[in-house]
Amino acid sequence: MRLTFEVNGVRQEADDVWPGESLLYVLRERMGLPGTKNACEQGECGSCSVYLDGALVCACLVAAPQAQGRTVRTVEGLAGADGGLDPIQQAFLDTGAVQCGFCTPGLIVTTHDLLERNPAPADVEIREALAGNLCRCTGYEKILDAVRLAADRKAGR
Amino acid sequence: MDFLYARSWDEALAAKADRPDAVPISGGTDLMVDINFDRRRPAALLDLNGIDELTAWERVDGHLRIGAAVPYTRIIAELGGLVPGLAIASRTVGSPQIRNRGTLAGNLATASPAGDALPPLVVADASVEIASTRGARTVAVPDFFLGPKRSVLEPDELIRAVLVPIADGPEQFAKVGTRNAMVISVCSFALALHPDRRRVAGCIGSAGPTVLPTPDAEQFLEGELAERGLWESRGELDDAVATRFGELAGAHARPIDDVRGTADYRRHAVGVLARRTLRWTWDEYRGGHR
Ligand SMILES: Cc1cc2nc3c(=O)[nH]c(=O)nc-3n(C[C@H](O)[C@H](O)[C@H](O)COP(=O)(O)OP(=O)(O)OC[C@H]3O[C@@H](n4cnc5c(N)ncnc54)[C@H](O)[C@@H]3O)c2cc1C
Repeated sequence: MRLTFEVNGVRQEADDVWPGESLLYVLRERMGLPGTKNACEQGECGSCSVYLDGALVCACLVAAPQAQGRTVRTVEGLAGADGGLDPIQQAFLDTGAVQCGFCTPGLIVTTHDLLERNPAPADVEIREALAGNLCRCTGYEKILDAVRLAADRKAGR
Repeated sequence: MDFLYARSWDEALAAKADRPDAVPISGGTDLMVDINFDRRRPAALLDLNGIDELTAWERVDGHLRIGAAVPYTRIIAELGGLVPGLAIASRTVGSPQIRNRGTLAGNLATASPAGDALPPLVVADASVEIASTRGARTVAVPDFFLGPKRSVLEPDELIRAVLVPIADGPEQFAKVGTRNAMVISVCSFALALHPDRRRVAGCIGSAGPTVLPTPDAEQFLEGELAERGLWESRGELDDAVATRFGELAGAHARPIDDVRGTADYRRHAVGVLARRTLRWTWDEYRGGHR
């Protein structure tokens, strides 16, 4: 089937989509957007976190045809049009919250969603918000630092 | 595989009648896992995301009528004051990503004994509004399940809404898992006090083939509360009573040994959760809740 939906402000089309395919597969394999990562395919790891109509979701658990006519925002859509990094991306770099980097795009989108809803989260709120994103390298401390730094910078502190 | 879109409830019912082999998909958080891992290959999917009425809730008399596809995130944010037990349980489901998509209808239709929304629905005396082109029916939540992964839904039927009486007393939910988040319950327990009716309702999750009400524990506690005049005095509850309530509740568990826990552990843990949730709800009641 043919699908049409908006990704990062651009209307995208995909042809020959199998109806049971996930949104994740369509983004990566049919639309050339590999920033959203494929790891567990069962919603456990958060590597494929994207916005669907403004809600944070695991792209692996959305049937691609469910995105027809809707709006998707991926990690590629967070940086400014001039290529400048989003403050959250910059904070992850500055705090060394990146080791192998595989979980990073999902964590950045999830952090983005958290700070949109709650610009000054307490540590417990950060932990609850990131509970669905697994990192197998860092032990999370640097990631928590990155979220705090991003929150401070966005608030101009 | 075909993909069917429905833009209205009537369209959805017509599509399901026409294609009883079509599997409805709402949040996809159960179904897509099965499809991704090739455990299920439905002949067709019927998307319920485009039906606005399914994502609305309304107050009807003393009830909330929660549309089948209202996600957990909105139950937590919008309904916590009216159906606290359900909201507490919803907050323990998965992660923000899962709670943004997962729905009550999906939890019900999956019919897993570990469905976290199910015990609070039972103790609140909730029921399920089911429909097909043949007509509509309402089924009490405990009667909705026939066994693990089996429900009373007929091939042409869909869940339209869940009817939950607005809480008339304190409600609690607790679950045991290996982490504080993102865990399927090893076992769980929901408790509701209904002071106006002098009723106590408990329900076990994830320690039996379906969710299990706890009538022996309820009768024991109702008897103690009446005998001691505690509903009226809002007095303290003896440790011995709370402990016995936990034991009787645990005895209703019908657990199995599996990767998540042994049957013995589950029976014990259900008793602990029952005792704790009783303490919490009774403290709320003493603190003047209604
Ligand atoms: C990572 C992860 C963590 C999870 N954690 C938890 C947890 O902590 N607790 C918990 O209880 N569950 C958990 N789940 C399971 C799942 O999120 C819930 O069961 C959720 O409520 C399913 O809702 P859904 O809308 O996503 O269902 P879907 O996947 O869309 O559907 C599930 C089933 O319900 C049927 N269905 C859906 N809507 C209707 C309808 N209106 N009428 C008839 N049938 C319908 C579908 O055909 C399918 O068989 C988790 C899942 C994942 C992937």
